[in-house]
This record gives sequence, structure tokens and C-alpha cells, in this order.
Amino acid sequence: MDILIQHLNKSYGPQKAVDDISFEVKTGEILGFLGPNGAGKTTTMKMITGYLPMDLGDVLIGGQSVKTGALKKQIGYLPENNPLYLDMPVMDYLAFCAAIQGVPHSAIANRVLDMVQVCGLGAEKHKRIRELSKGYRQRVGLAQAMIHDPAVLILDEPTTGLDPNQIVEIRELIRKLGQEKTVILSTHILPEVEATCDRILIINKGKIVADGAPATLRKQAQGRQVLQIRLEDAGVEDARQALANLPGVSAVEISNPSELRFDVQSHPEHLSNREIFELCVQRKWILAEMIPLETKLEDVFRDLTVN
Amino acid sequence: MKPAWIIAKRELNAYFDSLIAYFIIVLFLAFSGFFTWLAGNGDIFFRKQADLNVFFGVAKWTLFFFIPALTMRQLAEEKKTGTIELLLTKAVTDRQVVLGKFLSCFLMVAITLALTLPYYITITYLGKVDHGAIWSGYLGLLLLSAAYISIGLFASSITSNQIVAFLLALSIGIFFQFLFEVIAGGMTGFIGELFSTLSLSMHFESISRGVIDSKDLIYFLSIVVLGLYLSEISISKR
Repeated sequence: MDILIQHLNKSYGPQKAVDDISFEVKTGEILGFLGPNGAGKTTTMKMITGYLPMDLGDVLIGGQSVKTGALKKQIGYLPENNPLYLDMPVMDYLAFCAAIQGVPHSAIANRVLDMVQVCGLGAEKHKRIRELSKGYRQRVGLAQAMIHDPAVLILDEPTTGLDPNQIVEIRELIRKLGQEKTVILSTHILPEVEATCDRILIINKGKIVADGAPATLRKQAQGRQVLQIRLEDAGVEDARQALANLPGVSAVEISNPSELRFDVQSHPEHLSNREIFELCVQRKWILAEMIPLETKLEDVFRDLTVN
Repeated sequence: MKPAWIIAKRELNAYFDSLIAYFIIVLFLAFSGFFTWLAGNGDIFFRKQADLNVFFGVAKWTLFFFIPALTMRQLAEEKKTGTIELLLTKAVTDRQVVLGKFLSCFLMVAITLALTLPYYITITYLGKVDHGAIWSGYLGLLLLSAAYISIGLFASSITSNQIVAFLLALSIGIFFQFLFEVIAGGMTGFIGELFSTLSLSMHFESISRGVIDSKDLIYFLSIVVLGLYLSEISISKR
């Protein structure tokens, strides 16, 4: 189901938590929701689930407004701090969640076992939630969000507290789910977004500041190509001069004179790999390394949210 | 209404799982058993009448104290741990949540009261029993419990601290249990009438004497409905 968010507004007193946010998420898309603390991620997600009333605007899922409350069965939600009934055994808790989400009585036991398997809870399924480690609680949280096979998954920081192996597993799980469901997840972990999401939405102070595929965002922020090269058999100053004279190159920096390392920046919308190579062939220099320096998502994020 | 029932079942299981249920049942039976059968001055053997009026009088006070202990955690704890958010984003309405919580407490009280039925059986051996009066006495206790549960739920819905919820429920309850009657006693005319109508004890006594009047039923039901309605409003504010 598509999610359509239209002019969403929410204030807490004089402070605007969410300031006129509009975007759309298509079925089969995994949207990564990024932003510094207090940017309005959680508030937006709570409004999408229908938990928080919105001041202005609307959230439409499959063309229907969440304000009616009729969509709750279509949404699986994992809240920020993963609140669970700690006194309940895992299986009982999942059965309760399934029942309350309207899973038919005869199907509940199977759904619970499916979720236990999918989320890797097999060894812990008879324990009380209180006895589980943080990572396993997080798995229970994911299991309860998915137990009724919802069309939309809203996951607020789904991988916090998981160990690296679990993170990889959960990412794979989310990717798999994302093929047929609509997923919105928020996170602070930037590599995670690159690994899982088709699209990134960065918000800052309640406003959308960037929207696009991870690769697109990086390219936008980058603008011009930077190559790190290492030469052999060349003189430092000689090489610097020759590189700087290439038509496509705008600046050359010597990053390590003894190893003959240079950072070569090209003119905007220009690639100078070929020119550098030909120069080296002509001068009989050995081109030992040529590494394109990519703008990291961290840099994009910092550029957009620090001000 | 199915979701309310599912919530009620979960809450009831939680009571029995955490031993609160057994603790409450044992204490309730100990109190009411002692005052009904063993206290000497004022117990059934002292009065030499085959009725349960002593029990109803004691139960009125034990329930008054025990019900806030049952209701205090219901919404306050969910608010404190944040589970309320998870619950309310599932396919349930605010009203179903409140009703489910109410139902679980009510069933808990009903189970406790059902365990006093041996008292009834015992007195049928002791003398000629007015069965109607006994049943209406139990009905009175159930109605009184329903009223205090809805007050307790309301108290639990406006705070995330269980102790505050408990004390608040008691302080609202004490007006219905006791203070309205006292105020009514000191007033005359319309105001006196008004407070006497508001007093829960008056209505309870008339029912437990065996007179089931629609006025009393309406009184209890309106407290229940008002309490639940206010709880619903209070959890819908977020």
C-alpha cells in the first residue's frame, strides 16, 4: 500500500516538531528516515501510525486516512524504546498481539511459530520477555510488528541493541519484507540506511532537507570528482606541475610527498581519469594507485543538518 | 467487542501470573471471613440471624480498599513503560482498551466474590434464609465494585504513577463511600437530598436489603459509564 503524507504539522506548545512535511512512499519501497535527535522523526512516525493526532495535514495509506482508525490492521509498528509486557512469556505475548490484530483464532499458533522462526527466537520462546537480552527483546518487538502480516511497516530504530550478526540478519529480513511491503524505518546508523533503504529522507528541525536514493544524494553533495593517485618514478614538483596543467584538473594537492601521493580535483562535471593515465604513459611514470574519493553519507548528513 | 475481551483475558492472566490475584483473594477472604464468622461481637453467630448482612457490610469496606489496588496499575503502568503506545496502535479503539481493563478487574472481583459462596451455603444450614436478599446483596457488591473500578481506572488514566493512582482512587472513592452521606446528614432541603442521592452507601444498602430499585441501578451504571468515559477521554489525550 502506498503511503501519502500531506502537509503534516505538529507542534508541542510553541515548538514546531514537524513543519509541513509532505512525501510519498510506494509499495515495495524501503524509506530510511534520517535526522539528528529531536528532528521530528519519531513524531512523524507516531502520526503515521495514527497514535498521535496531527495538528494539520493528513496521512493516507492506500488512499484512506489514518484518522479513521480503520487502517490499524494494515500497520505494523515498532516504537522507539520497544515497550513490551515484560511479565509475559514470548509465545503468549505474540499470541496476544496476533489475536488483538484480528488474526483468526485457528491461524494464531502458526503465525506465532513463523515469527519465532523468522526472528530467530527459537531458543528463547518460552522465556519471559523480562529475562531476554536487549537484542532478543528487539526481535520480539519486530515479531509483534509483523505478526499480522501488515502491508505497512513503521520501524523506529529497528536495529538498536543488536549485535553485528543480528544487525545483518535483521537488515536482510527488512530487505526481504520490503519487496512486497511498504517500509519506513528511522535510524542513526548511516551505513545501515545505505545497506537497507531504497530511498533516504533527511529531516532537520521538522523539515525535509533531502530526499532521494543514497547514491543520488551522495552525487549531489559531491558535485566534482576527487581522485587520490600515487605515482612512482616521478619528481614531486614536476608531477604536481604536470597534473595541474591538465585541462580537466582544477586543483592538485600533495598529500604525501615521499610516497608521491596527490589529491586531484577535477572541474565540475568533468572526469580526468583518462587524462591522468595518458600523462603518466607519456612521461613513463608508473600509476600505482588511482582511487575515486566518494563523499560519504556522513558528510551529506552533516552538511544538511548542522547549521 | 472482541478486542476488549482479548485485553481483559490478558490482564486477568497477568493478575494470576504475578500472584497479585492470589494475594488479593486470600486477604479478602481472611478479612471478610474473620469479621463474618469469628469476630465475636457482631458476627453471624452473635446476631443469630441466617443472613449475610455482616459479610456485605465488611465486603463493602474491603472492596473499597482492594479495588484501587487492582486498578492502580492498569493504565498508569502502561503509560509509564510506554506499552500504551503499542497497545493503542494495534487494531483497538481507546474505548475497547478501557472496557477491556474494566472487564478484567470486574472479573477479578467476581471471582473473589464467588469464593465467598460457601458462606451462603453454610447459612442455609444454620436457619431459614431469605434467598432473594442474599442474591441482591451480591448484586449490590458487584455494582459497587463496578463503580469503584471505573473510578479507579479513571484515577489510573490520569497519572503514570501507580501510588498516585491508588491514593487518588481512594480519595475520590471516600466521597461516595462515606463523605456524601455525612454532608447529606448535615444539610436539609434540596442540597441534603442531592448529597444523599450521590452517596453510594445509601444505594448499596437499599439493594443489599433486598430491594432492587431501578433508581439504584441507574445510579451505579451512571458512575460506571461516567468513569469509563472520562478514562477514555484521558487516554485519548496524547
